[in-house]
Parts: sequence; C-alpha cells; structure tokens
Amino acid sequence: MHVTRGFTGRPRVHNPGLPPGQYDAGDEWPVLSAEVTPDLTPADWSFRVDGLVEKPRTWDWAQAHELAASAYEGDIHCVTSWSKFGVRFGGVSLDTFLDVVRPHGSATHAVAYSHTGYTTNLPLADLTGGRAWIAWEYDGKPLAPEHGGPARLLVPHLYFWKSAKWIAGLRILDHDEPGFWEQNGYHARGNPWQEQRYSGD
Amino acid sequence: MTEIFPRPAFTPTTRFAVPGRIAVSGRAAALWQTATLTEIRRETPLAATFRFSVPAWAGHLPGQHLMLRLTADDGYVAQRHYSIASAPDDSGHIELTLDHVEGGEVSGWFHGVAKPGDEVEVRGPLSGFFAWPGDRPALLIGAGSGVVPLMSMVRHHRARDLRVPLRLLVSARSPQELIYARELGAETTPVFTRSAPEGVPVGRVAAAHVAPLLAEQPPGGWEAYVCGSNAFAEHASRLLLEAGQPVDRIRIERFG
Ligand SMILES: Cc1cc2nc3c(=O)[nH]c(=O)nc-3n(C[C@H](O)[C@H](O)[C@H](O)COP(=O)(O)OP(=O)(O)OC[C@H]3O[C@@H](n4cnc5c(N)ncnc54)[C@H](O)[C@@H]3O)c2cc1C
Repeated sequence: MHVTRGFTGRPRVHNPGLPPGQYDAGDEWPVLSAEVTPDLTPADWSFRVDGLVEKPRTWDWAQAHELAASAYEGDIHCVTSWSKFGVRFGGVSLDTFLDVVRPHGSATHAVAYSHTGYTTNLPLADLTGGRAWIAWEYDGKPLAPEHGGPARLLVPHLYFWKSAKWIAGLRILDHDEPGFWEQNGYHARGNPWQEQRYSGD
Repeated sequence: MTEIFPRPAFTPTTRFAVPGRIAVSGRAAALWQTATLTEIRRETPLAATFRFSVPAWAGHLPGQHLMLRLTADDGYVAQRHYSIASAPDDSGHIELTLDHVEGGEVSGWFHGVAKPGDEVEVRGPLSGFFAWPGDRPALLIGAGSGVVPLMSMVRHHRARDLRVPLRLLVSARSPQELIYARELGAETTPVFTRSAPEGVPVGRVAAAHVAPLLAEQPPGGWEAYVCGSNAFAEHASRLLLEAGQPVDRIRIERFG
C-alpha cells in the first residue's frame, strides 16, 4: 500500500456491494462508448443467435417482445471505476433465446456483436443461468440510444463493456475469441470482484 | 413463432469496426508504478498541468490515457482515468492536465493538496483505440479538458516536425478558460461558448466550423478524434457525420 500524503478521500460508508476500486456514481450514468451513437429504431433492430447451435434464429423487435418478459434489478459496474446501485432493466432473459436455438455440447464461448460492428467475447457460462438479458427498458422506460437502445446485452455481474450496446447477435463458439476492447488491452472476462480490468490482471 | 432462417451473414448497418491503432502491452497496463510530482503549471483558473517523473515509463502514443490511484492511510483507494497531455518523447516524464471538478475527490486533492515531491501511482498507457501514431491526417475536436489528449497529438506533430495535416477545433467557455492557449497555433480554431474577444462570435461548435475542415480533404481523408463530455461528444460526432465524415473514421473518448 502506497499512502498518498494528505489524501483522505470522501467520508465513506462501508458498502459491501461496491467491488474493489469502484465508486458509487449515484444518480449519474456516464456514457463511455468509443463509437458514434447509431440511429437505430426498433424497426431496424434484430437479434440473431447462430454458430454452434442446432437452430440458428433471428428475432425482430415484435418477435422478441413475444417472449416471456424478465427483469433485472441490481447493480452495474463499469471498468472506468463507477458503479450504479439498484438499477432496473426490463427485457428477456438470454436463457429464453438460448432455449430456442439450443447450443451444441461443444459450445464454450460467445462473441456478442452490435449493429455498429462492436464486438465483445464472453464465456457461455456467464450468459446462462439467469445472469444475462437482452434489455430494452430502463427504469420502466425505453432504453436511451446512448445507453444502447433500442436494445442491449446486459451481463451485470461483469464489467459493463461486456454488456454490448445496440446488440445484434451472439455467435456461439467452442473457443474464446477476443472482441473489440479485449484486442485493445482489456481483460478477456472482466469480473469486477477480481478487478479483471486489463489483459495483465 | 415462425423460424426465419437461413439468413444472410450479418453485416453491420453502420460500420463502426474502427480498429485499434496499436497493440497495447498488457504488462505495462497491469503494472502500478510510482509517479513523483515534479512541477505544477497553472493553465486556467480551473485547470492545471501536473508533471511527473516516472523513470520506468514504457512510453505512450498521443491520445492514450492512464489510470491513476490515490490511497488514504486506512487503505481507501480512489482511481480515475486521465489522458496523457505530454508528447511521447518526454522520456521518463509524463504530464496530466486536470480540471478542478467541484467536490471532486481526486481532482480536489490535486488542486488543493498536491505539491512537488508527492507520490501517486499510475498504470498504463491504456487503450490503443484513441491513439494517434502520427501517420494519418488528423482532425481533432475537443471541449474543455477534452483538449488534453489532442494536445499530446499537436505536441507530437510539432516535436517530430510531421508533415501530415493536423487540425484542432477546440471549444472553451471563454479565452481565459482555454487550456494551452499560449501553445495553440495556426492549426487551431478556438470556439467560445460564453464570452469571446471583441469581434469573435459566441456560440457552440457548429456545422459552420466543421464544414471548412471537411471541405479540405487531405489524401486518404481525415481520421477524426473527438474528446470531451458525453454531451459534447454526441454533438460533435453528429456534426462530423452530417458533414460527411465516415462513421468508421470517428474515434471518441468520453470523459463520462
Ligand atoms: C478516458 C478518460 C480520460 C480522462 N481524462 C481526463 C483529463 O485529461 N483531465 C481531466 O480533468 N479529467 C479527465 N477525465 C475525467 C476524470 O477521470 C475524473 O472523472 C475527474 O477528474 C473527476 O474526478 P474527481 O475524483 O475529481 O471527481 P468525483 O469525486 O469522481 O466527482 C465527480 C462529480 O461527482 C460529484 N460527486 C459524486 N459523488 C459525490 C459525493 N459522494 N460527494 C460529493 N460529490 C460527489 C462531484 O461533486 C463531482 O461533480 C477522464 C476520464 C476518462 C474516462
């Protein structure tokens, strides 16, 4: 530990929900995408799951909305150090989509890609078991474009760059394939509790 | 539900796919190093430049940022990202320029407590995405402290006497709040949003500022770098798109 002279920091209440190195962003929701926010309407949006699956499938907006609704209420953590507590997202559990396409037994990973071409990789185990969603509502309202609307991937137990905005699809693979930030020095998995920020962590 | 497959392979509707510009060393990025403050230079009433000696600094490219952490004596840690302001050739030294954010935990320490001799910890450089190796013509648009990584590019351009075209469009509230004012030269167009010198209009960065820059198309076209608050980044990237800049040649660094 390298103490900084004269640095006391803010008065702090111990918050067991705050991963190491994170701070509580309160009401703020910073936007951190490297790309231009696309003009993507629900009519342009679609979501596809293919790769190592039995039945590749594409859902349009209406078809995706026919699936059983599922909500996430909890915390989110961005690698740039902010966390946001008690947020509410609405959408559909990723399990529901995966149940339709049926990944092969050999499947281990997925690459999530956006309508903008952004990509990020995830172990399949992080996308199943009620831990990931396709989300289109935030706090009961349509998800704002700069936060990934009309729909984004939501994997709240990993750093938020894994929750690809403007989600277009998942390609299911039997190996790990680094996505955009992962090729730019970020960690392959991104677990905030283990501070997996950069590739050397 | 009807099955709708096979479908043609996915092609993104807009081509982001802006590739990273350099490979980032995972080792350098993972390692915390001690940085010793050697000098503080006031830039504006709200911003100051902090110069550090970091003897084992692996080097960086203009546009890259680092992560900085401060530790309180009970072990409490605050870490924030800061763009590197200095050009790469400043061996063993780096400079950061920080705005004094009201109530800010880290910028508050820098502006209120820090003095030469103090030590902080840094890791980096991070992210090869916003980096500019000095190869392609660069069109830089920044607001407030968003000019920091862009200034590293301008300084690099000068230090290496590069011939590749470089233009900087920078927005500040007033001439007094324009960071690096005394260093900006012919490559720069300042835009003032609250008060401006006699005869200079007051207003936001607008299509009229962007159009002449895009009218002048260097060979291979511009690589655009936009940096500032999210609101500014949204505004400036829209202007660029509307003026015809390809979406996959716009790189954005948002300070939050
Ligand atoms: C890639 C990147 C590069 C960056 N580069 C630069 C740069 O070159 N220069 C620069 O100046 N900045 C830069 N930033 C922004 C920087 O990382 C910090 O966000 C900024 O310095 C503010 O940090 P802080 O600790 O001073 O403020 P924080 O303590 O984080 O506070 C930020 C705001 O929240 C309010 N706030 C939040 N919680 C509380 C609380 N509990 N009590 C009181 N107030 C609160 C504060 O009043 C303040 O308005 C960059 C950001 C990124 C992501």
